Amino acid sequence: MMKIDFSGLDPSAPIKGRTDELCGDILATPSFALPTTHDFDGFQKAAVQMVKPAKGTTTLAFIFKEGVMVAADSRASMGGYISSQSVKKIIEINPYMLGTMAGGAADCQFWHRNLGIKCRLHELANKRRISVAGASKMLSNILYSYRGMGLSVGTMIAGWDEKGPGLYYVDSEGGRLKGTRFSVGSGSPYAYGVLDSGYRFDLSVEEAAELARRAIYHATFRDGASGGVASVYHVGPNGWKKLSGDDVGELHYMYYPVEPTTVEQEMTEVSVA
Amino acid sequence: MESVFGLVGKDFAIVVADSSAVHSILVHKTNEDKIMLLDSHKIMGASGETGDRAQFTEYIQKNVALYQFRNGIPLTTAATANFTRGELATALRKNPYQVNIILAGYDKETGPSLYYIDYIASLHKLEKAAFGYGSYFALSMMDRHYRRDMTVEEAIELVDKCIVEIRSRLVVAPPNFVIKIVDKEGAREYAWRQSIKDGSVLEA
Repeated sequence: MMKIDFSGLDPSAPIKGRTDELCGDILATPSFALPTTHDFDGFQKAAVQMVKPAKGTTTLAFIFKEGVMVAADSRASMGGYISSQSVKKIIEINPYMLGTMAGGAADCQFWHRNLGIKCRLHELANKRRISVAGASKMLSNILYSYRGMGLSVGTMIAGWDEKGPGLYYVDSEGGRLKGTRFSVGSGSPYAYGVLDSGYRFDLSVEEAAELARRAIYHATFRDGASGGVASVYHVGPNGWKKLSGDDVGELHYMYYPVEPTTVEQEMTEVSVA
Repeated sequence: MESVFGLVGKDFAIVVADSSAVHSILVHKTNEDKIMLLDSHKIMGASGETGDRAQFTEYIQKNVALYQFRNGIPLTTAATANFTRGELATALRKNPYQVNIILAGYDKETGPSLYYIDYIASLHKLEKAAFGYGSYFALSMMDRHYRRDMTVEEAIELVDKCIVEIRSRLVVAPPNFVIKIVDKEGAREYAWRQSIKDGSVLEA
């Protein structure tokens, strides 16, 4: 039986493990028995890991000629359990800015809502809308000040301001990247493959929406932590508009319809001659 | 691991940094500029944790500007290096910044100089320095071919040799690099060395 070892704390105690018959238990280092489990400390870690949000999602956004296309899946998972298939992962910060959610759902929802409040205050104080760069920098600075405290946020801020379409990736480590194409979450490598190969700057709105939808579908197909509904939003000069929300199961059969298989050998009744 | 390296020439200093922004196995960006212009005659290349890198270098940049506003004259490169090291040292036992810095500057009186400041706040004034996995290749290349009083062309040749070596020998080699130079005329971007262009992959 494993005993917890306190001998390090008491320098005058006899050397670890040594108990002679003379002194018996009196001089033995005080200790108590640990439960007979395989890995006593590992249980705690494993329990936390299962519940810990591991950015199990697929979100993507890209800038093109007509603005910004933003898309996401809608599955929430806790380890191997799918807790919801209908999570809104595209958060409407204000009528012309969207944020995507990856990581801790509560963290993303709260901080995006908080960002929306701060953006509105900025508008009221300065009599003009805040830029996408400014909004993303505000969020990035807030998240940076909480670094190391366990926030889990991997978000993209997409919007249309005076400089045109803007897209920033912001995460809870304090990183902030300006770019034209991003995908975040456990399904992002799968989405990147489809997105990168189909991307052109001069896509039309319909083509870009189809590209975004397809990329999310392929990620949900391969990644267990992504699924549900593929939502696609478009941010144009007049603000954002939701274009579609399709169940990925239905998309699968739309892209890969069931073909009637050719029957090679069919059992038929043998007519008795 | 991000590569940053630099060297001092005849009357200029060069800092080179890779330009990929990476998260575990994903490359989010291949044209991220990691060398910040602190003022007209100073550049600071940084490598390390994404959030810390951007935030800390901006903090130094704003403080350098503040000093100039308050006192009417710009900081010397040595003073900037010592200030930066001091900030890292103060934060070290509380809330450490995980950034490695190569600071280069040109002062009218003392000419070009290069400072190596690592994440545990050690400071060295050097002629050549490197950080990251790329340093394993860049340092020996520079040791072999560096001479005092190199011209810009010779220095860029050496830089290109280092970049080629990093690209061919490092297993997860960054595809693109940015080169910035600081001399009497000021600090500016010298060139990019790109083997992957960010943006649309299938360009018409």
